[in-house]
Amino acid sequence: MLFNILNVISTWAIPFLLLAVPLYGFIKKIPVYETFVEGAAEGFSTAVKIIPFLVGMMVAISVFRASGAMDYLTTALNPLTAKIGAPAEILPLAMMRPLSGSGVLGLATELMRIYGPDSFIGRLASVMQGTTDTTFFVLTVYFGAVGIKKYKYSLATGLTADITGFLAAVYICNVLFR
Amino acid sequence: MLNVVWLILLASGIIVAAINGNIDLVTEAALGAAKGAVEVCFDLVGIMALWLGIMKIAEQGGLVQGLARLMKPLMVRLFPDVPSEHPAMGAIILNLSANMLGLGNAATPFGMKAMQELQKLNNGSDEASAAMCTFLALNTSCITLIPATIIGVRVSFASANPTEIVGACIFATAIAMTIAVSLDYWFRTRSRFKGTR
Repeated sequence: MLFNILNVISTWAIPFLLLAVPLYGFIKKIPVYETFVEGAAEGFSTAVKIIPFLVGMMVAISVFRASGAMDYLTTALNPLTAKIGAPAEILPLAMMRPLSGSGVLGLATELMRIYGPDSFIGRLASVMQGTTDTTFFVLTVYFGAVGIKKYKYSLATGLTADITGFLAAVYICNVLFR
Repeated sequence: MLNVVWLILLASGIIVAAINGNIDLVTEAALGAAKGAVEVCFDLVGIMALWLGIMKIAEQGGLVQGLARLMKPLMVRLFPDVPSEHPAMGAIILNLSANMLGLGNAATPFGMKAMQELQKLNNGSDEASAAMCTFLALNTSCITLIPATIIGVRVSFASANPTEIVGACIFATAIAMTIAVSLDYWFRTRSRFKGTR
């Protein structure tokens, strides 16, 4: 039931917007196509502006991951997270959460393939994938688009939210699914 | 802080690879990621253009402003430095709505538009404004009511109940968001005191 409702919303949301907004504009007597093109013209310059920021961040994150440094950090943190009821298998996912969106999805998919989507690990991985956004990607892209180089305290805020999200996900899964 | 984090990510990676004798992995990862970053940006171009075009129509028709007026009581509290009728408000609301619906590809263009509008109030500075920090605190911790991607993965592995995790996701994100907004508020008021001294 819930699945059907969510499924309908997520398949219809974009077609609905693509119909409703131009239709509304037309009723308001706006030259809809010309206005669309005018807005769309900004797409290229904005996307190109973020390239240097994204290259810098993705290179650092990629080196950190590929070298195995992230695995060491995960192993070091393991005794700590075992105490709060998080299985060791889930930790790489938690480390990846702020760094890479596609990385998290890959790891979550892998865990569900091995342990099954209805296992405790599978459920916890699902909740963590659905909780908080990729802090580094968001900050890099959004600040990059306007040329901001000093992020002030926003990295600290974002990472604290990631840690909180992880702890809350572990807690709620232990309550609901254990 | 970012300078230090960036350097730690790079340096620790290179040192670990050197100790383990896999230094060639570093070269491969660095060059691959540099190429990948540009691909990500070019994938964004079309999607950006599409949503910015749609948004322009919504703006000209007054739809965005209407939405902003509706959310005004909340928005003026979250963003005291932004005039309540400013276009940034509408873009922020569109971004957060798209995030909540799990429309990631629409959220990014709206978010960048919001940042551009906020930058207009920032006097061309290269330092983040308080409003930007609040917006990104909301954005990175934003509630996703429909985590469509992960539900899809669960369906593909034949889960007995693919959506059973939605409630737990909402709970966890709600807590993360509360902490993010509170912490941002604390940082913001603290830096304001420093500024007036």
